[in-house]
Amino acid sequence: MMLSSAPPQVRSENRVVIAHIYTATTAIVLGALFGLLQGYSRADAIQTPPWFDYYRILTLHGVLMALVFTTFFITGLSLFVTYRSIPRERSLRLGWLGWAVMVLGTAMAAVTILSGNATVLYTFYAPLKAAPTFYLGATLLVIGTWIVAIEIFENVAYFRKAHPGEPVPLVVFCAAVTFLMWWIATLGVVAEMGLLIPWAFGWTHGINVMFTRLFFWYFGHPLVYFWIMGAYIIWYNIIPTRYGGNLFSDGLTRLTFLMLLLLSTPVGLHHEFMEPGIAPQWKMLHTLTTYGVAVPSFITAFAIFASFELAARAKGKSGFAATVANLPWRDPAFAGAAYGMLLFIIGGFGGLINASYSMDSLVHNTIWIVGHFHVTVGGPVALTFVGCAYWMIPKLTGRTLWKPEWALWQTRIWFLGMLIMSIAMHVAGLLGSPRRTESVAYLGSAAAASWEPYMLLAAAGGTLLFISIIMFATVAIGTLVTNDKTADMTVTFATQPPAGEPTPAPLQHIFRWGVLAIVLAVLAYLGPVSELLQHPGYLAPGMRTW
Amino acid sequence: MRMHVHRYERWWMTFGFSMLVLFLCIIFFAAFADNMNPPSGLQQIDPTRVAQTPPFDHPGLRRLSDGKYEVYYVAQIFSFNPQTVTIPAGSTVTFYATSPDVVHGFSIVDTDVNMMVIPGWVNAASHTFRRPGTYLLLCNEYCGIGHANMAAKIEVQ
Repeated sequence: MMLSSAPPQVRSENRVVIAHIYTATTAIVLGALFGLLQGYSRADAIQTPPWFDYYRILTLHGVLMALVFTTFFITGLSLFVTYRSIPRERSLRLGWLGWAVMVLGTAMAAVTILSGNATVLYTFYAPLKAAPTFYLGATLLVIGTWIVAIEIFENVAYFRKAHPGEPVPLVVFCAAVTFLMWWIATLGVVAEMGLLIPWAFGWTHGINVMFTRLFFWYFGHPLVYFWIMGAYIIWYNIIPTRYGGNLFSDGLTRLTFLMLLLLSTPVGLHHEFMEPGIAPQWKMLHTLTTYGVAVPSFITAFAIFASFELAARAKGKSGFAATVANLPWRDPAFAGAAYGMLLFIIGGFGGLINASYSMDSLVHNTIWIVGHFHVTVGGPVALTFVGCAYWMIPKLTGRTLWKPEWALWQTRIWFLGMLIMSIAMHVAGLLGSPRRTESVAYLGSAAAASWEPYMLLAAAGGTLLFISIIMFATVAIGTLVTNDKTADMTVTFATQPPAGEPTPAPLQHIFRWGVLAIVLAVLAYLGPVSELLQHPGYLAPGMRTW
Repeated sequence: MRMHVHRYERWWMTFGFSMLVLFLCIIFFAAFADNMNPPSGLQQIDPTRVAQTPPFDHPGLRRLSDGKYEVYYVAQIFSFNPQTVTIPAGSTVTFYATSPDVVHGFSIVDTDVNMMVIPGWVNAASHTFRRPGTYLLLCNEYCGIGHANMAAKIEVQ
């Protein structure tokens, strides 16, 4: 019997987590294949056939990568850290139910997209109208994550009852805050589905386009922070253990997550700067709040580099070169996260540019934006997740990693591929190349011709990323089927040094901060929503233009 | 609540925070002093009656005075109407656009004209064309299978 080195309870918990993580792995492999086809199509290297057109592939790529891979990885990771930090005899019904509902929703949406009945991209802007099974599938995916959230919250409640007066373990605190933020954010997409589903079934004849967009972006930006918080869980709690370091500060880590909880939602209008129907002052308000949500990332940058330096000093090394040399660059889990951090420097500053109100007109809906979110969700987020999988899979299966040198090269190839692809996209975007188009010939225009070399570079970077993801999947699956069961399955998470500052009590609360987060979200959207309600809302009939 | 924050961390946070405040000051200065705001058209239109609603019943160029023009565009799957407009170099042009069907984008390459065109609304943006040449107007929001073909030209002479 596999997994024999762990007690039965842990083995059953591991199976839940393995289900989540390997579903994420399946999604990233399929998503990568579709991404490769897109890159080649944009570079005019291939022409997609009418029965499997570019936009269908684009919808699949976006949904699988942005919604399915990230979500399954974060649910798996969060359940893992919760189960391991709060050991107890527990029922795994919710963990499995959440997974099953998420898989069912994903399958419904994926089949609908594959059949060509939901070529609406992952932003599903109305009045483009997909088949109802697409919207139902997406809703089920979200509801599945709510079930996982309940499982995590229940464990927090259990811990508090069993250990009165003790702070919730940091890593569980981070996971719970992440899911609280996610729950507040997903209310937006569920509200949008409340408009879309009856309309898709034909029960209502028109849809208020402005509200669907507002609801989508109420959800769409915190979605990004959901990914980032997933990566931060790993950077703060797991990565320091890879170089024998400590957490810089327990209190600052909790503060970072609480700030992300409060500030992730009231920012969505920065995706709608170029829209009619929303007055400039609301756009300016969201510029301000988006700048605010950069602050926890500044804290994180400091905390991580401080932890690197303290680890080096503890070994008597000092100076920049010695600090860098002290880090375990040959450990794939560390390398994935570290290369991700480097990519986040580009991503973070690009994000500030996008959030800069009128300056967004230079980059809005150009391929710069695509470069930006690939160097963020495909950089600090996905590369950290993939690296973390190399650490987590042995802890889950008891099997040592198969081909660790492949894993290491995988992170390096990814870093290089992402650098090439995202820089090419950023530059082409500044030259005016739009996102989300099948080809960029555009009436033979000279401007369009100037984008061509960058499309080739992006395709080359994309090829490296595809190779890298195949290498990841090979290692992940190889580890499952090889028989070497000697891995150490015990898990420890980073803590601050014993001499560290005690965490102030207000930073140990979770749910009462959620109330404030909801208040801030309401305040941020009160203005634009009440103005839209005063306008006669045009109710658009659904259209199928693909 | 009191928490000790390391001195270096305080310096770093002061640096980061000051940088954000500086950027915001520049954005707000540009907005209030130079009127640099994103396109935010608040005028509404019945999308089912675009072809009957002036001025969109006759889309195209209107000369306001020397060097001042407006162009009214109907963006619909998968073309812009008008397809070509010609203006003298140095002209300031305000572009108005609306859609009778789905959401489109309106982006003029090599300019900062970039806006969303949403059925039910008229969006607007201005630009002064100093350099002569052929400018490419394209739809930069996915609107359907012919999206990549949705483009038009602005000739600046």
